[in-house]
Amino acid sequence: MHAMPFSPRSAVKEVQDVVYLAANSFIRAFRRPYYVRDILVQMELIGVGSLSVVILTGFFTGAVLTLQSSSSLAQFGATDLTGRLVAISLVRELGPVLASLMVAGRVGSGMASELGSMLVTEQINAMRALGTDPVKKLVVPRVMATTTMLPVLTIVTDAVGIFGGLFVAVQILRLNSTQYLSSAWDGLVYMDLFGGLLKPVVFGATVALIGCHCGLRTYGGTQGVGRSTTQAVVAASILILVFNLLLTRVILAYT
Amino acid sequence: MIQPALELRDVVKFYGDYTVLDGVSFQVHKGETKIVIGASGSGKSTILKLIMGLEKPDGGRIFVQGRDITDLNESDLTEVRQKLGMVFQESALFDSLTVRENVGYRLYEAGLDDDEVESRVRESLGFVDLADAIDKYPAELSGGMKRRVALARALISNPDIILYDEPTAGLDPVTSRKINELIIALRDLKGVTGVFVTHRMRDAFTLATEYAVNGDGRIRFYREGQDLCIANTRFVMLRDGKIVFEGPDEILRRSDDPYVKRFLA
Repeated sequence: MHAMPFSPRSAVKEVQDVVYLAANSFIRAFRRPYYVRDILVQMELIGVGSLSVVILTGFFTGAVLTLQSSSSLAQFGATDLTGRLVAISLVRELGPVLASLMVAGRVGSGMASELGSMLVTEQINAMRALGTDPVKKLVVPRVMATTTMLPVLTIVTDAVGIFGGLFVAVQILRLNSTQYLSSAWDGLVYMDLFGGLLKPVVFGATVALIGCHCGLRTYGGTQGVGRSTTQAVVAASILILVFNLLLTRVILAYT
Repeated sequence: MIQPALELRDVVKFYGDYTVLDGVSFQVHKGETKIVIGASGSGKSTILKLIMGLEKPDGGRIFVQGRDITDLNESDLTEVRQKLGMVFQESALFDSLTVRENVGYRLYEAGLDDDEVESRVRESLGFVDLADAIDKYPAELSGGMKRRVALARALISNPDIILYDEPTAGLDPVTSRKINELIIALRDLKGVTGVFVTHRMRDAFTLATEYAVNGDGRIRFYREGQDLCIANTRFVMLRDGKIVFEGPDEILRRSDDPYVKRFLA
């Protein structure tokens, strides 16, 4: 198998294709037929399906964050601020980013391999031959489902993370639970919640679009499906981190 | 002059630097089955994809029922595709859907109610003799059954034209025979125009020499006599993206062209 040579031109083409796919999906989302059933199926697959992964991620992240921050804060005699630090870190950064990275690994890869397999077995062509637009039938439901479910999953991650922190704070560090929770609650402002929910919307669209794009440009049979899957996860994960930096800059500028 | 059901006019297609089709022109008349033969990689399947609008030609024009589809966009093509059915090489059934949902796909998409879809799916599956498989998934079917389901899926909207991309490839002789009979029946009893791509001469000659008659509610197949030419079938032979032969089977068999002779041997 020959590898596609990397060149600035092919990179630009790639970006152009993703933007084109995004614009196409957006326009088609408002046109009949709406494929409500497909959207609901995807929402269940993505939302309910990722719940366990996200709960585990949240719990352990919150727990380790509490351990680390309380030991740092102890040097300044400020362990009563542990809850605040944990809550802010989780809601602003770690919740959205980690939930999205997990979903990129779980869902983005799934989309790339599913659409890639459909492409190499000519199911995508068959769909077009039967008069259905694959972007509308396959891409739009996935983008809509991921964009709506990822903020929900982020809320779960944040909540479980704060709970995980509470568990460590009370059970291991012997801190006061009321103090932890009230400091966590006081630390958060509305802008944190807004920013913390805007991010997963952007990341969700990124994961789904990259996953679908990589799937739909699969070439080279079954081997190509594997390659597309890997590329989807890598590209989506890196883009999440890049967009996170950009979004944080913008959100902080308006805080 | 009667308008042809399909027409390719000087069609050119490249894949990268490789010329797949190099100025291909032919017409398919209404009710006729055109058999496109040629070695693997001679551009046979590409012709079907171009007619279906799945790919765009790099030169030339393509007409479906008199309409120039060469420059149509995807949503206008959807309208043209209503008249067309296609049986893909590896069946290309949706593996996440049951046979019922596969065959009825078009009708579900069109928003028909379930009872109507159900009866038409059963009718279509009855034609390919697979009514029992309605609740199965493609993974549970054999290769030959998949082809027949794919045929049933192409048939459901009663298309005027059906494109067959090697529908018998990799099947045993008995199953191939069954598929060929279905295609002959569609041609002779339903007046469907067809384009049949294959590299198997045996299947091609079956299609070119046999015809179907509906007698006493049963479809019977007869072989045409030595000098008769009843079966409404013409051949197109491709070699390196160019047409090297065009005409009925009687002439093809008598051809002096060395390449044609080698292919038939």
